[in-house]
Amino acid sequence: MAIRRGRGVAAINYPTGMNLGGDPTQALVHSTPTGNFMVTLSSVDLGQGMKQIMAQICAETIGVPTDRVVVDTADTDTGPHCMGTFASRGTHRAGNAVIQAAKEARQVMLEVAAEELEVNASDLETDGQGNIQVKGAPQKSISIFDVALSAHFKRGRSISGRGMFLIPRSYPEKETGAMKPSTCYAHACTVAEVEVDDETGEVTVLTVKNVFEIGRALNPKMVEQQLVGGSWMGISHALYETTEPYYPNRDHGGTDFNQYLMPGPGDLAQTEIVVLERPSADGPFGAKGPGEMCANPQIPAVANAVFDAVGVRIDTLPITPERILRALKARAAS
Amino acid sequence: MAKVPVQFTLNGSENAEFIESGTTLLNALRDKIGDTSPKGGCHQGTCGACSVIIDGELKLSCLTLAETCNGADIKTTAGLAEGGVLHPLQRAFLDAFATQCGFCTPGMIMAAKVLLDRTPNPSREDVVDALSGNICRCTGYEPIIQAVLVAARANSRTAA
Repeated sequence: MAIRRGRGVAAINYPTGMNLGGDPTQALVHSTPTGNFMVTLSSVDLGQGMKQIMAQICAETIGVPTDRVVVDTADTDTGPHCMGTFASRGTHRAGNAVIQAAKEARQVMLEVAAEELEVNASDLETDGQGNIQVKGAPQKSISIFDVALSAHFKRGRSISGRGMFLIPRSYPEKETGAMKPSTCYAHACTVAEVEVDDETGEVTVLTVKNVFEIGRALNPKMVEQQLVGGSWMGISHALYETTEPYYPNRDHGGTDFNQYLMPGPGDLAQTEIVVLERPSADGPFGAKGPGEMCANPQIPAVANAVFDAVGVRIDTLPITPERILRALKARAAS
Repeated sequence: MAKVPVQFTLNGSENAEFIESGTTLLNALRDKIGDTSPKGGCHQGTCGACSVIIDGELKLSCLTLAETCNGADIKTTAGLAEGGVLHPLQRAFLDAFATQCGFCTPGMIMAAKVLLDRTPNPSREDVVDALSGNICRCTGYEPIIQAVLVAARANSRTAA
């Protein structure tokens, strides 16, 4: 009986979005009378940072500071249609829709500014600080605040835009059954090191080293948060979380949160994250969808590490001490 | 159900409410008084999101009956900032990106405050221990631990 050490590796491809009859998201962008911009979505910010990222995407496209953009999410009664925030599709699908809407709004904004400055709209550029200026002659400029006031009260224009991003439905080919269930793959690889006590079946994760290829990190700090958190969720899925802990009989299962096992701050493995950025061709500013992927590769990596440590394949999650001990017993008996 | 009078100090202000007997402190704070900084996560004392400080002790407001708080001195995360200046813990949580969805944050900050009030220079193990009753579903424990350590250093600099 001993503590045995093992190392496991796993690599995954991860799709962005899904395809069940088409995968659309729409966005609307409009300016307020004072030149702030409102993005209206039905997509949900459930803590993953949707509002921040959509504000960044809109601001970058229109050419204003991010704090000039307000994002209104998640009222499906009044917002433009979104398939939903799932399948790691939020940034990619809604982001593309926001870019399209923001481009249209930017065009109207430049047209109004052109009328005010008595130049061609195509000769104008934004300075990113809230002003519109003539290319090559920045002294000739107007603030977006004044442009919005003019549009609202003088010119009778709506500085607004409509955005729609649709991945059309893909049907399987009759001969081969091949189809395109999703687009834009992200990638990840994890190496996990564990210690397994072959007397108690207890698994301790020592280190988790992850590489994520996620297109472009639109907000690197938030990407890091999501990847570090996700990495740990992966370990949690691998070793802890289940509604039927330890018992073969459902009657002995947990009935509430207090019987649902999750790791706490004392169970942290040493976690390392490397982000590779290979911008996607069809993503907003090259982004892909790393959302759910970040919790995937740790699971097979931990399972492989357990196999490396004690020589048993556990193919049912979570990898509990009981399952390891049963597998060790079965192997000894055979 | 009969209502009972309850009087306590919340973040330095006197509060007097008539509440239904059996109301938890969490519900009294959120629904009667309007301090929504304590969060109702599990409502059974396992997640720590509802943590508040009662007479200097860290308590789960979802398991505390409001009527037992007569005369108590209650502190919540909503009362930490002074004159628009964030508490060092709040500042550190912001700077360290120690919030993701933010639901666990007020409870984490309450637990950390009780720790720092008693142990101004905690070790990493002290911090882990102090936060072990609080669940972060986004599992951002590492930046949370780091934020508490940073706040402790900021405090000790101010004191010195």
